Amino acid sequence: MSNLNKMKSILIEKTLKLDCGKEISNFPLAYETYGNLNEKKDNAILIFHALTGDQYASGINPITKKEGWWNYAVGPGKSFDTDKFFVICANVIGGCMGSYGPGTIDPLTNKPIGTNFPVITINDMVNAQYNLLDYFKIEKLFAVAGGSMGGMQVLQFVSNFPNKARVALPIACTASHSAQNIAFNELGRQAIMSDSNWKEGLYDEKSTNPDKGLAVARMAAHITYLSKQGLQEKFGRNLQERSDLKFGFDADFQIESYLRYQGSVFVDRFDANSYLYITRAMDYFDLTKQFNGNLSKAFKDTKTKFFIISFTSDWLYPTSENKDIVIALNAIGADVGFVEIKTDKGHDSFLLDVPDFLSTIKNYLNTTYSNINERRI
Amino acid sequence: MKEEFKVISKFIEEKSRVLDVGCGDGILIEYLKKNKVVDVRGLEISKEKVKKCLSKGLAVIEGDAENDLRQFPDLSFDYVILSQTLQAFMSPEKVIENLLRVGKKAIVTIPNFGHWKVRLDLLLKGEMPVTKNLPYQWYNTPNLHMCTIQDFYNFCNNKGINIYKTISLNGEKISNISNSNLKYKNLISELGIFLLEK
Repeated sequence: MSNLNKMKSILIEKTLKLDCGKEISNFPLAYETYGNLNEKKDNAILIFHALTGDQYASGINPITKKEGWWNYAVGPGKSFDTDKFFVICANVIGGCMGSYGPGTIDPLTNKPIGTNFPVITINDMVNAQYNLLDYFKIEKLFAVAGGSMGGMQVLQFVSNFPNKARVALPIACTASHSAQNIAFNELGRQAIMSDSNWKEGLYDEKSTNPDKGLAVARMAAHITYLSKQGLQEKFGRNLQERSDLKFGFDADFQIESYLRYQGSVFVDRFDANSYLYITRAMDYFDLTKQFNGNLSKAFKDTKTKFFIISFTSDWLYPTSENKDIVIALNAIGADVGFVEIKTDKGHDSFLLDVPDFLSTIKNYLNTTYSNINERRI
Repeated sequence: MKEEFKVISKFIEEKSRVLDVGCGDGILIEYLKKNKVVDVRGLEISKEKVKKCLSKGLAVIEGDAENDLRQFPDLSFDYVILSQTLQAFMSPEKVIENLLRVGKKAIVTIPNFGHWKVRLDLLLKGEMPVTKNLPYQWYNTPNLHMCTIQDFYNFCNNKGINIYKTISLNGEKISNISNSNLKYKNLISELGIFLLEK
């Protein structure tokens, strides 16, 4: 992994007090940027990634050599137009792409920190990333945006820093992780932890990864990202390179083969312990509870313009949960737009080529950016 | 359309908070923003139209007035506008109640079913009227609850709703409606625009 050396990263020296009570300092936060920061420094967009994302939102990810996770949305002329905007994306703490996480080597033992890593929250992730504003000397971001866990970070960011972003785009997310979502995350964690290679989280990264457990976790999660209709249309009961059922437990069906493939490629790029920590952070996310049951209070005094998007076929973060955020914002008279995009691509829609979704964001950002500039003149 | 917007815009005091219910493509919102510095929000049921509004950076949320007005707190807007959509609701009565709960004042525009052309259609042809403002056939009309200016007057009186002002629109002609000319205006107006308060 020689590319790791070329990875951009800031060292956060000052102490960050985590929600669990522990304190961390002198830790790395890996990031990537796209486009250029203008002279006024008013064109920066901070994008937050989802569970298995990383800082490589656009172009080709130098580590995996695959397209960045939000390549449809981020780039020249795209929704987040990097000809116009300066896009910053960081790997969350707890992640495994250069930021401080369970895979970070502990200098005292010369081994990965593993499960000695503190349990982190969405709030901790956001507070760590806030340091990027200081690093780039950005007084106010033009926008914060993200889908799924990225959307949760958007909500937490605006709540923590009400005057630091002009626009907030929480996409396909929730203000309070549901029991169903906690259940799916627990299924994934159990798959990892019941792999004998996991070794209480102290596995040696080089030789004994809990690959099987992590692959099963990914397979289960992957189903939740798609819709029933989408799966049916794409795979149906099609057989995998065979004309008949084989009366065994090989992958007879295309959907089985597809999931196995998804599981197998995932283990090459993701750390099992990171998966545990990040899913835990999602489960602990309850912005409503942070404000004693009144979500509106999370956004009190904010001048930020919100644009909330959900997808018709997303049953993991359904429209109703996104609408709860809209309702909380309306209750305090915040500037909020909301649309549910029609698609059969499920929760994954925000990562895919959904033209309506991509064009609406693009127009919204471009118009809002020019309106803000007009008002200033 | 233009005249209707002009009238609505005149009703609204500057620096007001406004909600446009059934805002469509957001043309009234844009008109208001251009003419006064007002904080205007929109609620719209059609995804396509919401996307158009959002593309223009407008604060519009997807939703329908019969269910989604509930989420707005009491008196959270200075004015709530309902332009030519009252007749399409399952329960116009409840929508009006909610408009006057959410807004300090409500501006309601109705296509007038008492217009002489409408009356003539039914009288002479014995057919359901089809006009410029009501271009649908009886079997495909979204308009479930048509009413006349007189009907809406009566409704407000029965419900104890104050009518501050009523304007008649007939083509490009804008005129006031009062108790004394109501019968006549109900015959010649294509649209009635009401400024209401609970």
